[in-house]
Amino acid sequence: MTMANNTAAQTEMPVFYLKEEHHPETGTMLGFWIYLMSDSLIFGILFATYAVIGQNYAAGPAPTDLFDLELVAINTSMLLFSSITYGFAMLQMEKGSIAGTQLWLAITGLFGAAFVGLELYEFHELWSLGATPMRSGFLSAFYTLVATHGLHVTFGIIWLVTLMIQVAKHGLIPANKRRLMCLSMFWHFLDVIWIGVFSVVYLLGVLG
Amino acid sequence: MFSNPDLLHFIFGRLSLDSLPFHEPILVVTFAAVVLGGIAVLGGITYFRLWGYLWNEWITSIDHKKIGIMYIILALVMLLRGFSDALMMRAQQAMAFGGSEGFLPPDHYDQIFTAHGVIMIFFVAMPLVTGLMNFVVPLQIGARDVAFPFLNNFSFWMTTSGAVLIMVSLFVGEFAKTGWLAYPPLSDIVYSPGVGVDYYIWALQIAGVGTLLSGVNLVVTIVKMRAPGMSMMKMPVFTWTALCTNVLIVAAFPVLTAVLVLLGLDRYADTNFFTNDLGGNAMMYINLIWIWGHPEVYILILPAFGVFSEVVSTFSRKRLFGYSSMVYATVVITILSYIVWLHHFFTMGSGASVNAFFGIATMIISIPTGAKIFNWMFTMYKGRISFDVPMLWTIGFMLTFVIGGMTGVMLAVPPADFVLHNSLFLIAHFHNVIIGGVVFGMFAGIVYWFPKAFGFKLDPFWGKMSFWLWLVGFYFAFMPLYVLGLMGITRRMSQFDDPSLQIWFVIAAFGALLIAGGIGSFILSIVVAVIKRDKLRDETGDPWGDGRTLEWSTSSPPPAYNFAFTPVVHDLDAWADMKKRGYVRPTEGFLDIHMPKNTGAGFILAALSLVLGFALVWHIWWLVIASFIALVVGAIAHTFNYDRDYHIPASEVVETEDERTALLAKQQA
Amino acid sequence: MKRMLSKLVRGVTVTSMFSLLAGCNLVVIDPSGDIASQQSDLIIVSTILMLLIIVPVMALTVFFAWKYRQGNKDAEYDPEWHHSTKLEVVIWSAPLVIIIALGAITWVTTHTLDPYRPLDRIDAERPLAKDHKPMVVEVVSLDWKWLFFYPEQGIATINELAAPIDTPIQFKITSSGIMNSFFIPALAGQIYSMAGMETKLHAVINEEGIYDGFSGNYSGEGFSHMRFKFHGLSEEGFEDWVSKVKSDENFLGRSEYLELEKPSIDEPIHYFSSVDPELYGAILNMCVDQSKMCMNEMMAIDENGGGGLAGIYNVMSLTYDVPRMRGSQPLPESKSYVATLCTTPEGGFAGDLNALPLFDRVQASDRAMSFAPSGVSTGF
Repeated sequence: MTMANNTAAQTEMPVFYLKEEHHPETGTMLGFWIYLMSDSLIFGILFATYAVIGQNYAAGPAPTDLFDLELVAINTSMLLFSSITYGFAMLQMEKGSIAGTQLWLAITGLFGAAFVGLELYEFHELWSLGATPMRSGFLSAFYTLVATHGLHVTFGIIWLVTLMIQVAKHGLIPANKRRLMCLSMFWHFLDVIWIGVFSVVYLLGVLG
Repeated sequence: MFSNPDLLHFIFGRLSLDSLPFHEPILVVTFAAVVLGGIAVLGGITYFRLWGYLWNEWITSIDHKKIGIMYIILALVMLLRGFSDALMMRAQQAMAFGGSEGFLPPDHYDQIFTAHGVIMIFFVAMPLVTGLMNFVVPLQIGARDVAFPFLNNFSFWMTTSGAVLIMVSLFVGEFAKTGWLAYPPLSDIVYSPGVGVDYYIWALQIAGVGTLLSGVNLVVTIVKMRAPGMSMMKMPVFTWTALCTNVLIVAAFPVLTAVLVLLGLDRYADTNFFTNDLGGNAMMYINLIWIWGHPEVYILILPAFGVFSEVVSTFSRKRLFGYSSMVYATVVITILSYIVWLHHFFTMGSGASVNAFFGIATMIISIPTGAKIFNWMFTMYKGRISFDVPMLWTIGFMLTFVIGGMTGVMLAVPPADFVLHNSLFLIAHFHNVIIGGVVFGMFAGIVYWFPKAFGFKLDPFWGKMSFWLWLVGFYFAFMPLYVLGLMGITRRMSQFDDPSLQIWFVIAAFGALLIAGGIGSFILSIVVAVIKRDKLRDETGDPWGDGRTLEWSTSSPPPAYNFAFTPVVHDLDAWADMKKRGYVRPTEGFLDIHMPKNTGAGFILAALSLVLGFALVWHIWWLVIASFIALVVGAIAHTFNYDRDYHIPASEVVETEDERTALLAKQQA
Repeated sequence: MKRMLSKLVRGVTVTSMFSLLAGCNLVVIDPSGDIASQQSDLIIVSTILMLLIIVPVMALTVFFAWKYRQGNKDAEYDPEWHHSTKLEVVIWSAPLVIIIALGAITWVTTHTLDPYRPLDRIDAERPLAKDHKPMVVEVVSLDWKWLFFYPEQGIATINELAAPIDTPIQFKITSSGIMNSFFIPALAGQIYSMAGMETKLHAVINEEGIYDGFSGNYSGEGFSHMRFKFHGLSEEGFEDWVSKVKSDENFLGRSEYLELEKPSIDEPIHYFSSVDPELYGAILNMCVDQSKMCMNEMMAIDENGGGGLAGIYNVMSLTYDVPRMRGSQPLPESKSYVATLCTTPEGGFAGDLNALPLFDRVQASDRAMSFAPSGVSTGF
């Protein structure tokens, strides 16, 4: 872009329009980042809710009665691994290797699915004990926070499969690269949120 | 088959013939009128073969200007609904004295005041604000469109779907009877077992998605798509206020989404977030909803402040006084609006220090707001003021808004709030700032930018009528409520004992009728302008003669691509600067212009959301599942469409621009 | 002196600003209780403070608009004048000064007029000893009526409240379910009433009279009629009133309360000559129905880490709202839970409760009432 400097503007006519097409840089990444920030506010509210009513057991079970830290630790490692493997997928994308990208994406998806599966298993166990979200304020807040995260991961997996199909169809074109970058941000974001869930809900609940 | 209740229940959920309000004569008549009107409109569209035009040029349009216009049309339609609710409330309260029940039983009256609040905030004020920002911001920053044109279309249709769902509640079932913020425990399933609160939840959730996405969209647009040379401190004030508003939207609406999800879970899944039982905490809802609700107030008022800033400098024919202090004031208000939510419930029994903190924080907001008022005042100082309709609205605003500001600060003093809270004084206060601020601002904005959007001005006579009726009507309608508030009369009452109060309610009802006249005159100012459009035509693109910002540098209405060449900005008030320094409009060298393509995906996805919302309200689970799957599949299918843009060929640009060159030459001749 | 000044200011304001409104009773500006009077002073003082800046702004706006109108060619026109550091300092600091003054007043009065704070004066001239004992009134908002307990007198009333003048009163306020707001404008500001929680209000009435009281917070269908009269009586008048209440033999116990709690609109005044002394505590803890676990008990269990896995199925004794089966339509499918914790059977309401679909097998328990948690904190 050409900018007339101010001293010149006094004497000669400054440039008032571009003669070339103007291409502002794409705002997709910024937009998606802002979306993630707003999403993190939703999680923020759910964390706040958990903080306010998370000790309201209503004479029912407390975290120590319910949580199996070993299971959750395995679950956490699934998600952390998936973040690493997503990183490998992005490295392959930078190299331009479609096969490599697809492979690592598939592995990421499997780790994600394992995470969701373990979470569902945990819910099933709790539910069969009778510790349902209806039982107490604590359980309502617990299920909602964890399941909201789980739903995000589920949608992440659906998105990931969609992108794998699109990469297979069109290759690593700029549009697909941009989408992979967005999913990457989303995936790591869910990882960060999970670390919060793991610390606040599980660790503090059982050990705190 | 029809005798099988299980099957019927499976197919229709909670919906049955009893859900239709045949017992309410007011609703039956309204319904008949809506059906007849609807048939007339649809028939007209079919007769004049407009379906194709509507679909191609409007419904699927991703042009920010058309979407902005559609938002404002939606707002004006919903204004008629919300205002009829207001008229009914005023009539009821003017009648129901000394044992008279009035014409509305509590069951109906409670729905009306809830619907009035919800509709006016979410489906009148919000679409007005969003519509104006959508139309104006890209033009003011010299952009071709917003950052995500498809999302823009989708956002609009989601907002519309929410509005439609609320309108459906008028004729199918009922609306919430909880007040516009649906405080639990009243809104819990135990105390409100009907469908009303569910309509409330889903209408706001659907519309909320639209609002949030349009917030993201406009923030990115302003941050990334400004014309070269337009630094942040050279942005027009309206764009600044739009930026702050959209930052607030992005930071506040997720809170609303989350809190409504929790309320919905309490109602649908028997959880215990806000219940009295089993460890729920209703005070948490009240805190959370106001953490959204207070920024929402500033989401509405900031763009109005932006409009006034543009209008006052244009019609004073003078540069805005104190641009940078205006910008800082806006930013300070944006930040402070986040830390004052508790002043909406001082009476909930927080400690004195907490109340005092939030009270004083609230008062501090009046400092930047006061500074803004002074800035507008000193913009008029040493100006050449012409009293066109937008300027009338602005002066009316300055005189009215300060009263609302004063009563607002009174309410911010906690011990005073203990006697004024929930009274008609409070009602008078927030109508004082919302009508005197937001509504006046939006009318000023519509009148101001109408010639830009359509190429001719609104009729000034009816515009002035509209202004005076609104202004006088406002004082008649709400000053009595201040008095009644000081008499200790509380809000949301459908009947009164003390006959000496009646006169005040009658005066208020008279004021409401004057406002009805104001709305009517506004509509007339559009109708008359359409008839006399040749007389009111703007062929220069700068109809007020002294436009200062970039939107006035292009034609009225602007071409689809807004600017044939992207402008380069050197100073605040770029267009005033260009005119002063002898800018010559280019007439050759046009290039192909890269533009986004129309798409019907937004409309279809929003329509599916509407079906999903309706099915959720009525517990029609098969339809919930079906429409949800359709929604997900539809969204995914849309991502498989990579063919989203096209080029306007240079030849077409040349044709459009030559036409304008000829028009301008004729003007000068 | 200060009192005279405030009286003077109030007098002048009331007579001048509101002379137009002669004949109507601006109870908020001219109340009869000391707390409300101080709140009224605050309204007037803050109004005057703000008018200091608002009147000049309005006047200047009109003046500038008129003076610099297009038609007035004599007025100076300077399209480039857009900045003046001096002026900007003034326009930021003028509101700032007002807000500093008002903020200081706010900080002080919010503390002195805190509804939780015991009174230190009967009115401006009569201070109270630190250890005075206020008269206690326990207030319960029901759908849609008010229940008042007088623990010292051992009586209760529906929709009528009375108190002797110049006697400090401590209101303890709770709700049977929906949030309401306890408000007598002539006496003092309002405070919310919420189920399972207690809010407090301290106030005093200084003039004899009959005043309006009502709910300030919308609570549903019968809200418009949720009104009562507050009688400010002389010492003897109050004694007469108490004996009037006591003259009818009418007992308010748990079962009577459960009857009373059912929603009703425009309920007439009731007097109860004697009251189960544990009843208010039971209402506050949502365990009037003795098969319910009390809030304070539940909170104590939660404090100690909850009821464990064994507590999972104890839900029936915890739900309070749901069994009341409110509204026009039946609730969605109800759960059937069994109380396992409570095993001491004792007639009571077991029969009635068995009729509700929610309770398959009910064992009501007799529970020692402990006092309510007195300062359940509200808000953040």
